Amino acid sequence: MGLFDIIGPVMIGPSSSHTAGAARLGRLVRRLAGQEIKEAVLHLHGSFAATYRGHGTDKALIAGLLDLPPWDERLRGSFALAEKAGLSYRFVPTDLGEEAHPNTVRFEVVCKDGTRHTVTGASVGGGQVEISEIDSLSVRFTGERPIIVCRHHDHPGVIAAIAGLLYEARINIGNMQVDRSRETHLAQMYLEIDSLPPPGLEEQIKALPGIQDAMILRPLEE
Amino acid sequence: MTAAECLCKLSPGETLGEYALRLEEASGTPREKALEKLSGMLSVMESEVQNALHIPVHSISGLTGGDGCRYERYRVSGGSLLGEIPALATAYALSASETNAAMGRIVACPTAGSCGILPACVLAVAKVKGISREGQLLALAGAGLIGELIDEHASLSGAEGGCQAECGSAAAMAAGAVAQMLGGSPEAAFHAAAIAIKNQLGLVCDPVAGLVEIPCIKRNTGGVAIALSAADMALAGVESRIPFDDVVEAMNRVGKALPAALRETAGGGLATTKAGLAMKEKVYGET
Repeated sequence: MGLFDIIGPVMIGPSSSHTAGAARLGRLVRRLAGQEIKEAVLHLHGSFAATYRGHGTDKALIAGLLDLPPWDERLRGSFALAEKAGLSYRFVPTDLGEEAHPNTVRFEVVCKDGTRHTVTGASVGGGQVEISEIDSLSVRFTGERPIIVCRHHDHPGVIAAIAGLLYEARINIGNMQVDRSRETHLAQMYLEIDSLPPPGLEEQIKALPGIQDAMILRPLEE
Repeated sequence: MTAAECLCKLSPGETLGEYALRLEEASGTPREKALEKLSGMLSVMESEVQNALHIPVHSISGLTGGDGCRYERYRVSGGSLLGEIPALATAYALSASETNAAMGRIVACPTAGSCGILPACVLAVAKVKGISREGQLLALAGAGLIGELIDEHASLSGAEGGCQAECGSAAAMAAGAVAQMLGGSPEAAFHAAAIAIKNQLGLVCDPVAGLVEIPCIKRNTGGVAIALSAADMALAGVESRIPFDDVVEAMNRVGKALPAALRETAGGGLATTKAGLAMKEKVYGET
């Protein structure tokens, strides 16, 4: 922990995990979608399910989906802003199981162009967040450093090819995880990288032989 | 790092705040940048301590609000039995905490629930004693260093360590900041911080309806009173007989010994009193 983990963040009250973290989660989903969101169903688990109205977690999540930062004073009035923006939403208290962090939310969103996404994330304390699943891909995305998520054929050389592209761009890999699905015979991987990817890197990765799908998530610029 | 190690590393005449900036510089944030960031936070603090003093501010749940205004009217009428600084700091702490509960903008320091203590103490002392802006920024940096040490050896989270971890830590940070701002030595700042923690050791986290309102708002004013008296004693040369590092170690053990019901779960203490349960029902309906 550094000085600014103790003094700060600047945020909208009343609770770093129930409002600041919730707003960041919503905002990450909005950034992921890359466009306006028209419909959202928010499944709330644990403490989020129990206290979301009292803590204003609901207002914070919607503010995030509208791309407001966690310190924006309009957060309190986000429901009215959502109405103006044509975003319809509903909250569903649910039980995501014992494994889930107590402050977990699963977003099911429909974007302006009709694209659908399902994203699961948790507010893990002090305003920090962790996205654990994006459209059924397991990830660990905190919004602090960029990550690359991909699904690929489980053959030798695919990972080396991605690492090669990153090496050419002089990007260091900070963290990585590889996994495979028995049903689809596809491997999935996420890489946390230390610096921002150059434009076009996502397309270059997608063009590699053996890559089924790839996505680069950028950190929240706060 | 421990406080004892920290004291060994200080250059002659260096304050905890200056040392904190030196550490930030070493981890990549230049001094000017860090001061600028702190200055932005100080500006938010200046507005949060005023926000609920003249217009009543109410929480989303409707359980709390209006006390900042009520106390400020009483204070300016000259009725307060506290001296100028503690009375002003009490008003400031109420304002910041009510602003937090009402979804206003605040600086978590170290947490949102305890956000009133450090700004209230630093800004009230600075106003009455005429401390420069840079002096205030360095006081925040010194407070941050104290918070970092507590985080390393105990906890800053009510869910882990009870309210002693939140308001207790905030009061320790504020006590050290005030001691530093008024010219106390780094040793005195740690004595002030240690005394503040000792006076809140074992304080439970028992929020009514699980919300950051009751008793959090008033515990911020309690933290202010403890922080100011601890700083005052340290400036007089009073020492904590138990050193800061040992106090924090005790805080860690006490936090672990607290039952889960008294660590932010709303399962005990004030949360499960007759009045507390009735308020919970008012907010969430029958469960």
